[in-house]
Amino acid sequence: MAITTDHTRAVADGAHSHGVVPAGSRAERKTSFDLADIPVPTGREEEWRFSPVARLQPLFAEDLGAGGVLTTVVEAPEAKVEIVGKDDARLGTTGKPGDRTAVTAWNAAQEATVITLPAEAVASDVTSVRVEGVTKDVTAQHLLVRAEHHAEGVVVIDHRGDAMLNQTVEIVVEDGAHLTLVSVQDWTDGAVHASSHRARVGRDAKLKHVVVTFGGDVVRITPDATFTAEGGEVEMVGLYFADTDQHQEHRLFVDHAVPRCKSRVTYKGALQGVGAHTVWVGDVLIQAEAEGTDTYELNRNLVLSDGARADSVPNLEIETGEIDGAGHASATGRFDDEQLFYLMARGIPEVDARRLVVRGFFAELIEEIGVPSVRDRLIASIEAELEKSMSVITGIAPAAAGEAEQA
Amino acid sequence: MPTLEIRDLHVSVDTKEGPKPILRGVDLTINSGETHAIMGPNGSGKSTLASALAGHPKYQVTSGTVTLDGEDVLAMTVDERARAGLFLAMQYPVEVPGVSVANFLRTAKTAIDGEAPALRTWGKEVKAAMADLRIDAAFSERSVNEGFSGGEKKRHEILQMELFKPRFAILDETDSGLDVDALRVVSEGVNRAKQNTDVGVLLITHYTRILRYIKPDFVHVFVDGRIAEEGGPELAERLENEGYDRYVGTGTTMSA
Repeated sequence: MAITTDHTRAVADGAHSHGVVPAGSRAERKTSFDLADIPVPTGREEEWRFSPVARLQPLFAEDLGAGGVLTTVVEAPEAKVEIVGKDDARLGTTGKPGDRTAVTAWNAAQEATVITLPAEAVASDVTSVRVEGVTKDVTAQHLLVRAEHHAEGVVVIDHRGDAMLNQTVEIVVEDGAHLTLVSVQDWTDGAVHASSHRARVGRDAKLKHVVVTFGGDVVRITPDATFTAEGGEVEMVGLYFADTDQHQEHRLFVDHAVPRCKSRVTYKGALQGVGAHTVWVGDVLIQAEAEGTDTYELNRNLVLSDGARADSVPNLEIETGEIDGAGHASATGRFDDEQLFYLMARGIPEVDARRLVVRGFFAELIEEIGVPSVRDRLIASIEAELEKSMSVITGIAPAAAGEAEQA
Repeated sequence: MPTLEIRDLHVSVDTKEGPKPILRGVDLTINSGETHAIMGPNGSGKSTLASALAGHPKYQVTSGTVTLDGEDVLAMTVDERARAGLFLAMQYPVEVPGVSVANFLRTAKTAIDGEAPALRTWGKEVKAAMADLRIDAAFSERSVNEGFSGGEKKRHEILQMELFKPRFAILDETDSGLDVDALRVVSEGVNRAKQNTDVGVLLITHYTRILRYIKPDFVHVFVDGRIAEEGGPELAERLENEGYDRYVGTGTTMSA
């Protein structure tokens, strides 16, 4: 038996909230397909306490439309794409909704896009799902990604444009399958997006789950992963970059319900600008039966300027002592001026030095994502984010129109 | 001949209780090719001089001048000072996670020279300089200073001194924490740089042992924020025998 809880990397920025005990065990949280069971939140509930519920309000409504986004799938030759009615028996198998947006998304969606990697097929190309916001009509969407037994493949869901989207992404990884699922939130300003990812991971199956959030006003993603048989492995990787007045929230739940499964969670974020707010909550539950569990979760935040706030809450519940390892680490730090001094003392101008440090912060994670097209895109997005902050530092931000005439 | 000239330099450090004066009128002239050792007991202000010359934001120059060939160093930003030819080998080099040594060296060299180094020759040059300093080639791909031992960090500092070819190098207690082998390797590196580039060296140290490997032309004894005595190499020998007692009264001895 080896239980390790790594606090060595935690820093006292008020980010690592050991003092806050969630309302009961994660296992006891209400989940249901029924709207009546999960009422509209007030914002005081554990799962909503960091969220801007006012801005999410439209997504809590019972009736949501369907026309706000345009979804285009370009599938790998081996993959199969279907549009099915809500009564399709394959829907709803990954678990019940666990919060208000998840339950309204489930009930409002009338059809679903199902992507299947057939049994034993090895996809020769990435399957890309492009979700483009076209109107601000509040919209529900349901996606199901299935990797049948021993299938292998990569599915990238790419969100762009402006939308009010409430989404369910079901993920089924059957025995022996290896699935990489990437969700990129590259919305324009104004977009509001809630998404419940619910994954089931079978015997000896592997899910790599990647979340990348850059754009949108409010993005709240709640990936849940449950192991259904022994030998499963889940790797959850996330990267986010919040600017002025952006709210980016990632709440993860890994349910070790069966023995001998492994989970790794690594989320990293950068924040800049007044009102930039990120939330990371990582719940891991090791149930009494889950002997031989091996889990570790890490969240790191880099605060680049004043007025930004990062909340980081790892929660580990362990109901058995017979585990291989369980730990978490959380650290939120300000940009390190000593690093800046060191680099500048080598002749590197401040703008370039800052860029090096931020790139360095994300470098390892970007390599871990392992999907070349996503990696290149990510690097470009980080560069674009850095351009914004650099223009503040160097004072070359464009002046407000009309100012020149006033002067 | 390039000259680094420090005149009546007063420097304070920011503390919670407000600014605290550390340097109280330092006068020092270093010509290129010369090696000046600055010795002194702990707390005498040696490292403050190094950090203030490099422009660390924690230190405020309250009066005095520093010029490099007549150019006002104090008016320059930290990076401008480095590009003007000042190099500080730091006592506590900083870790920069995710930035590889190779990338860092190339970026800094490009910034200092104003143009990217020739791709082919640069790679060879770095490799050779690393081999000279007994730095394993695998360090190129490691993050800057991350997980380096104390000795590895100091060798990495001297590697930069050799590659960036500064006009004046300030070595801030580069010898501290080094075992004899590492001290020799690091000293050889400094001597190579002196030979190859005519760099002026300001060698800050608490102990005399590094002066057996790097011969100073001048020795300055630093006490209470200013230079208390100056002389040639023979002054170091006397300090070796007598310690700093005569300057600071009782309690402080040299444990070289």
